[in-house]
Amino acid sequence: MSAAGSTTALVVGAGIGGITAALDIANSGFPVVLVEREPSIGGHMAQLSETFPTLDCSQCIMTPRTVEVGHHDLVRLHTYSEIESVRRSDSGGFVVGIRRRAAYVDWDKCTGCGVCQEKCPFKVESAFERGIGPRKVIYTLSPQAVPNKPVLDAEHCRYLQSKWDMQAGRIPSVDKQGQPASPKCGACAKLCPTGALNWDQQDTLVEEEVGAVILATGYDLLPASRLPEYGGGELKDVVDGLAFERLLAASGPTAGKVLRPSDGAVPKHVVFVQCSGSRDPERGVPYCSKICCLYVAKQAMLYKHRVPDGEASVFYIDVRAGGKGYEEFVTRAQEEHHVRYLRGKVSRIYSQDGRLIVKGVDTLSHRAVEVQADLVVLATAIVPRVSTPAVAGLFGVAADGNGFLVSGDEEMAPVESGAEGVFLAGAALGPKDIPETVAQASGAAAKVLSLFLRRRMLETTAPAGEGMRAA
Amino acid sequence: MTEAGRAYSYFPGCTLATTAVDYDVSGRAVAAALGLELNEVPDWNCCGAAFPLSADNVMSFIAPARVLIAAERSGHDLATLCAVCFHVLKRSDAYLRTHSEAAERLNAFITEGDYTGRTRVRHLLGVVRDDVGWEAVKQRVAAPLTGLAAAPYYGCLLLRPQEEMEFDQAERPRVLQDLLRALGATPVEFPRQAECCGSTLVVSAPGANRRLSTAVVDSARLAGAAMIVTACPLCKYNLDQAQAGRPSPEQLPVAYFTQVMAAAFGLLEVAGPAFAVEAST
Repeated sequence: MSAAGSTTALVVGAGIGGITAALDIANSGFPVVLVEREPSIGGHMAQLSETFPTLDCSQCIMTPRTVEVGHHDLVRLHTYSEIESVRRSDSGGFVVGIRRRAAYVDWDKCTGCGVCQEKCPFKVESAFERGIGPRKVIYTLSPQAVPNKPVLDAEHCRYLQSKWDMQAGRIPSVDKQGQPASPKCGACAKLCPTGALNWDQQDTLVEEEVGAVILATGYDLLPASRLPEYGGGELKDVVDGLAFERLLAASGPTAGKVLRPSDGAVPKHVVFVQCSGSRDPERGVPYCSKICCLYVAKQAMLYKHRVPDGEASVFYIDVRAGGKGYEEFVTRAQEEHHVRYLRGKVSRIYSQDGRLIVKGVDTLSHRAVEVQADLVVLATAIVPRVSTPAVAGLFGVAADGNGFLVSGDEEMAPVESGAEGVFLAGAALGPKDIPETVAQASGAAAKVLSLFLRRRMLETTAPAGEGMRAA
Repeated sequence: MTEAGRAYSYFPGCTLATTAVDYDVSGRAVAAALGLELNEVPDWNCCGAAFPLSADNVMSFIAPARVLIAAERSGHDLATLCAVCFHVLKRSDAYLRTHSEAAERLNAFITEGDYTGRTRVRHLLGVVRDDVGWEAVKQRVAAPLTGLAAAPYYGCLLLRPQEEMEFDQAERPRVLQDLLRALGATPVEFPRQAECCGSTLVVSAPGANRRLSTAVVDSARLAGAAMIVTACPLCKYNLDQAQAGRPSPEQLPVAYFTQVMAAAFGLLEVAGPAFAVEAST
């Protein structure tokens, strides 16, 4: 391996964990290759409105970091990209194949002006907005996106689909006059001031040689379809925690107004259901998702800020607020903001006469209760990204039965994996909040740095030509 | 499998032989109309009526085991119409399949043959879905039930526990909706479609039973149903009882799915009073 490669780090996943690790390493003088599947970096933290327990604006505390990592001389960013292959080099490092998906936009020409997004006439459901708002077919995840360069969703693009249909002979490629027909639309290409649209762009493969790896692939939420008793995702006004963050966020589709998805009305009673799929080994996941007690208290509080005459109720099994300032935070929600806490599980949610009925039990009064709600927020279980076990497998890292990454030693070496030179951080290991993820990411970065410093030291002290072998 | 080859061992059960004869009669008629051959289990006995919850007492499995053995000897799948019988037989079969020691002890008591786990317990609704298929059902429809707003009511025994019953998704079942659509009717979704009707509480706690049944009926009515469709004689009994005191315009007729099929197939003589009323108005 080249000397440079042996002290270059690969970070997989550019959420707050991956970004933190990348900055810690790069700011110590070592190069970092940062790979992200989505078109831009920031992960779930970019979707959040405010953070607990300080109620900081999530975008505001994150943007300095996304911008720094996006412009860092020592960070090479591969967004819209996936790890495709990993091979160990002779010297113990890794040669990593990275597939960058075709964006149909030449990012070198693109200035990020946003005209294409503005003028694209087609809207589709946005995964980033969690069903609350649409995005255009050519899009960035948010106005603060890093990099601020759009990607084009070929599956929904009128131009590309009609172009491909003509090429495959599914529709005629000549018009009625016998002239060659041109594909439909193409508004973005016509209006792009720098001619950055590239209809023939293909996926590209790059190889990077690195000396250590940090896996920070993050989490997802249990799909609502797994909770048929709560509507299975078919009740419009039953949303998950991330969707409610988008409703609260000033940068979200409603500009921070809490409006229910079905009719845009301001909900006067919002019911939160904790442990939606968590701690439910039979139908959901067996573990506690750890962050829900706090973010539900936060969301209920923020809802009360936005809708002061509204009511917020929380169904909970028990409140697990272990963490600095966390118990006090929940108490604040209850006592200062009058969020009503009902101890018990919800058995069913259905719609009746335009409202939602939440059927559950209040185990403190030993009574079955039926609560009418305008909006229900399910704190659905934290699950690893579907792709995590496969990506980890490429690096020789195991995933447990739930799909979370397994540390080499859960107690004494939590950020080390069983594979040499591969370190782990964040919610890919298990449900985790932001402070804990950041701490773990810095821990993993420190492990990488100590490895790199040892290599550099051996390189400078060992006889010529022997340095890398010894590492 | 050819149409002629669709033969099943058929277990009516006590209820269908006594208070729910109309379910049995309509069931046999629509089965015949779909080319399904139902061979009644010879010398059958009660299924046991409740799945034994104290599974360590294997003697409580004797009744269902004897039925399962008779079906095994016929070489065909065992089909039932009663949701309670289906529940008891299906779960008993699942238990005996996975507890060979219990099966062995039972075999020592039963003289007609041995339980070996070769039969499959089916509900006729599942047979129609899986072996006949909705397309074939549609083809057999003579008088589509266009405009009939029917609320599919499952109750609980037909569906739960989902992993053992292997019938439909317990929290969000679809089979009756699909059937109603195939018959030309409009299925009405209502929140209590898979809630309990009160079941045998009618004996021990009639007040609680009535509350549950009334809630089911009211929920279906609120959702805009003109009829409730069920696959369980106990559910039908409870829902009928809950409405007994009401003036007739406020009553929602409760029909077996087989009666609804019969009406759509043009077999009006077995379609029951719900469709007789409709025909006369």
